[in-house]
Amino acid sequence: MSEARTDGYKSGSNLEKILRAGYFAVTAEIGPPQSADPEVIRRKARLLKGVVDAANITDNQAAIVRMSSIASAVLALQEGVEPVVQMTCRDRNRLAMQSDLLGAYALGARNLLCLTGDHQSFGNHPTAKNVHDLDSIQFIRMVRDMRDEGRFQCGDEIKGLRPAFFIGAAENPFADPFDFRPYRLAKKIAAGVDFIQTQIILDIPRFREFMKRVVDMGLHEKVYILAGIGPLKSAGAARYMRDKVPGMRVRDEYVERMEAAVAGIPKEDKKGRKEAWEREGIRIAIEQIQEIREIPGVAGVHIMAIEWEEAVRPIVEGAGLLPRPVVE
Amino acid sequence: MIVGEQKPLEEIMNLLGDARRVLVAGCGTCVTVCFAGGEKEAAILASALRMKSKLEGRPMEVDEVTVQRQCEWEYIDPLADRLKDYDVVLSLACGIGVQAMNERFPDTITLPGLNTTFLGLPEEHGVWEERCQACGDCILGLTFGICPIARCSKQLLNGPCGGSRNGVCEVNPDIPCAWQLIWERAIRFGQIERLLEVQPPKNWSHSRDGGPRKIVREDLRLPESE
Repeated sequence: MSEARTDGYKSGSNLEKILRAGYFAVTAEIGPPQSADPEVIRRKARLLKGVVDAANITDNQAAIVRMSSIASAVLALQEGVEPVVQMTCRDRNRLAMQSDLLGAYALGARNLLCLTGDHQSFGNHPTAKNVHDLDSIQFIRMVRDMRDEGRFQCGDEIKGLRPAFFIGAAENPFADPFDFRPYRLAKKIAAGVDFIQTQIILDIPRFREFMKRVVDMGLHEKVYILAGIGPLKSAGAARYMRDKVPGMRVRDEYVERMEAAVAGIPKEDKKGRKEAWEREGIRIAIEQIQEIREIPGVAGVHIMAIEWEEAVRPIVEGAGLLPRPVVE
Repeated sequence: MIVGEQKPLEEIMNLLGDARRVLVAGCGTCVTVCFAGGEKEAAILASALRMKSKLEGRPMEVDEVTVQRQCEWEYIDPLADRLKDYDVVLSLACGIGVQAMNERFPDTITLPGLNTTFLGLPEEHGVWEERCQACGDCILGLTFGICPIARCSKQLLNGPCGGSRNGVCEVNPDIPCAWQLIWERAIRFGQIERLLEVQPPKNWSHSRDGGPRKIVREDLRLPESE
C-alpha cells in the first residue's frame, strides 16, 4: 500500500497552511545562477527569509541553462526558506518528471509549480529539441494522481511514501484568446491544481475583468489565486516589458511614471537615476498590492523581482504584510 | 504532400566530393509540386553542377533523369541498367526516395540533394506550411480540424499557453496560434464545451519513438508463390 498524509493537509507546506488559514499569502522568486555556485541561492534566500511564505525556484527560466531548480530548492531549504519547485514540460518527458518529483519530495520540497515552459528559441540553446510529452494540465493531473491516488501516470501503484505536493500552476490573464483564459483556469482546477500564480500584472483593469469572470464562474472558491507583481526597475525595463515580452500587457501609465521618476536627474548621474527608478518601482508595486488585495477572489501575491530580490522586503513591508503569520 | 527544399549548392558539392560522374535523379510527385525536385529542378541543378565543377577546375559529367515516383520499386527499377555509368546518384526526391534508391540499388550510393522539410500544403503560390506530423493517432476530430501537434510550437493538447497574443504565437509573429484558430472554430460551431474536457497525455507510441512504423494489410497482400 502506498502511504498518504493523514493530517488533513494535502502537502503540509507552509504555503498551504497560510492559505488554508485565510491569510493573504506572499510568495517571491529566486532565479538560480548560470553556474554551480551555491552561494548565489543562499544569498538570495537570506534576503527572503521571514519576508515571504515560500519562494519559487525557477526552472531554466527563459530557456537559459541554470542550476537545477530542485538542487536550488534544497539550498533554499537549508537557509530556512520554503521553496516552490518550478518544473516545465519543455525539458523532461513523463519518466524524468516523475523521477525528479520523487527525488524533490525526498529532499524536502513540498510545493510544486507545473509549467509548460518558455520556448527554447528564446534561450541560449535555440537548437535544442523540446520535449512537451505532457502539457501543463496533464502534468497537474499526473502530480495529483501521484499524491491522491498513489499512482504513477501509467497507473502503477506507488509502493511506499507518496510525493504529496501542494500543486501550483501559472495563468496569464493577459494572453489571448482572452475569453478562453477563465475556462483554461477551470481545466487546471479540474486537473487538480491547488494554487495559481498569475503573470505579472501591469494592467489592473484587465486583471479585474479576468477576476470578475473567475468569480462569476466560482473558480476562486476552488483554487487560491496569487496575483503576480513585477516591480519595475527602470523606464527602459517598463518599455521592454510593454513592447517585447510575449504575453505581457503594460499600461502606458507605468512607463510614464517610471520616465517621470528621473525627471530633472541628469543622465550622467547614473546612481541617482537608478535609485529614483527603484524607489518608484517599489512604490508602484506597493500601490498595486493594495489595489489588487481589494479585488474579490485574490488570495495573495507572487512578487517576481527578477534579479532584484532586495526589493521584496521593502515591498512586502510597505504593503503592510510583515511580519508573516505563523501557522502551526 | 511532402514538402522539400533544395540543399545549398555548396553543401551538395561537398557531399559529392570526388565523384566525377553524377546522375541527378528528380521525382515527379510531391517534390515536383513544391518546385524542389522535379524534372525542371533536376535539369537546373545538373547544369549548375556542371558549371560550378568546371569553374573549380574539376569538371563533372552530370546527367539527369526524373522518375514518376522514387518511393516505389516499379518506378525506379528501370534505372538499374544506367547506374553503372555513374559514381553517385544525387536524388532530388524526399528522404523516402533517397532511401528507396539505396535499398534497391545497394552497389550505388545515392545522396540527398534536398532537405525533406514537412507534410504540408501551399498556402499561396510560393508559400508552404506544415499541417501534419504523422503522429499516428489523429486528434483532428477533437480540435475542429486544426492540428496542435503540427501547428502549436509546444504541441499543447489542452488549450493555448500564455504566449498567445493577437492571434499569433510567441515564437514568431508569422505563426498563427493554433489554439486561437481552434477556439474560433469551436465558437463558430457553438461547441466550446468540447474544449473544456481535460485531454489525457498523448500516446506517443504511435509516433516516431521506437523504430520505423509499419502497416500490414493482409487483405491487400499478394499470395506467396508456391
